[in-house]
Amino acid sequence: MRPLTYSRAADVQDAIALATANPASAFLAGGTTEVDLIRAGISRSEHLVDINELPLRGVEDLPDGGLHIGALARMSDVARTPRVVERYPAISRALLLGASEQLRNMASMGGNLRQRTRCAYLRDGVSPCNKREPGSGCAALDGFNRGHAILGTSEHCIATHPSDVAVALVAFDAVIRTVGPEGERAIPFDDFFLLPGDTPQLEHPIAPGELIVGIDVPGAPIARGSVYLKFRDRQSYEFALVSVAAAIEVDDNVVAGVRIAMGGIGTKPWRARRAETALVGSPPNETSFRHAAAVELAEAVVREHNAFKVELAQRAMVRGLVHSLNGRQS
Amino acid sequence: MPLQINGRQHVVVLEPRVSLLDALREHLDLTGSKKGCDQGTCGSCTVWIDGRRVLACLTLAVAASGHEIVTIEGLADGDQLHPMQRAFIEYDAFQCGYCTSGQIMSAIKVIEEGNAGTDEDIGEFMSGNICRCAAYPNIRAAIRHVRDEAGGRS
Repeated sequence: MRPLTYSRAADVQDAIALATANPASAFLAGGTTEVDLIRAGISRSEHLVDINELPLRGVEDLPDGGLHIGALARMSDVARTPRVVERYPAISRALLLGASEQLRNMASMGGNLRQRTRCAYLRDGVSPCNKREPGSGCAALDGFNRGHAILGTSEHCIATHPSDVAVALVAFDAVIRTVGPEGERAIPFDDFFLLPGDTPQLEHPIAPGELIVGIDVPGAPIARGSVYLKFRDRQSYEFALVSVAAAIEVDDNVVAGVRIAMGGIGTKPWRARRAETALVGSPPNETSFRHAAAVELAEAVVREHNAFKVELAQRAMVRGLVHSLNGRQS
Repeated sequence: MPLQINGRQHVVVLEPRVSLLDALREHLDLTGSKKGCDQGTCGSCTVWIDGRRVLACLTLAVAASGHEIVTIEGLADGDQLHPMQRAFIEYDAFQCGYCTSGQIMSAIKVIEEGNAGTDEDIGEFMSGNICRCAAYPNIRAAIRHVRDEAGGRS
């Protein structure tokens, strides 16, 4: 059994100092991932820096009409914050469709972004897994890979990123604010999640002791009509097979602006930029949506059990766009 | 470390790795909160911290120190059961009973949160509490009863 020590940080600088002093440190917020992974023997943390007393729970206005979401704001609170519901319904919806109310009450927004994949081969502690033991191989490639990714994969890892809210956040170009030993940084959302490539053990460009303090979501009028749809094996309390965040703006009967991101199919929260590019200037109808979805999924790499996701993802994207177009929020 | 549980202060000496659930069950003789999965998926360890329903298995006891904890043992007023406890008995909302304390801790909050308006809402917002005996229809009936007795959809 690994040693485990604990301290409570009084402020952000204290948290960074405590975490920097011990290289095997992890920040403890809601604990829903970290405590689970320590118990399973997957996390190598030997010191926990409890950051729950830090004043990072608020949701505040940004000058451009956007929102700053504190890293320690709880998922259930953010989901019900009126400004989030009005300006970014897809964020609220994605939060409410994730986990259970008990977990949403515990889990923080910053922690949500740093949660680990639910790939069973990472979590079983014994199978070959390049995230857990670099160089050991990937048991999912020829294993039970029904839930695994079809975009952004490599021959070393096909683990799906599990977050719902990260899908909505990447659609709206959110920026992650951190403070670390080297000072403050703003990391564009899409850059915060690394593709597995040859180094699936590296998941985030974040330094030891660097703390997520908040998420900035830029003002985006298009987001007021956004939707988040989630397709899964159970009606509730289940990870997505496929999910979609979508928002569309039409001017003079052509698509003037569009945001699309997908969950359940990518090794990172998947911004569908190719589909977006294909759609702008097209007539807003199902034929265009279907074409854009096909463009996005053209490079999907499937394994034995997850080929169904290629078609499901395209249908999900079409439905998300239709719902946003028709002003439906779910 | 001090732990404030059901209005009483307890002092225990525990390693940081000990979960709140193990602290309650193994060190404080409060065995009403159950250990089902011990990995945050079944809900049988649901307790309230600072008035919100959370999972005791994924909460470290040391992190809960300084916060108000309420367990199933804290619901009754002497011999007088909480209305939700009475409703679970009246509506036969359990078979084996293992998940029941977690179900009740969630059920009270689901009404307080305003998430018990319809059966669909109850299903969605109780989904973090698994019942292996599938007593769900009767659990919903108990929740509806307390909701309506409490004067509507709170």
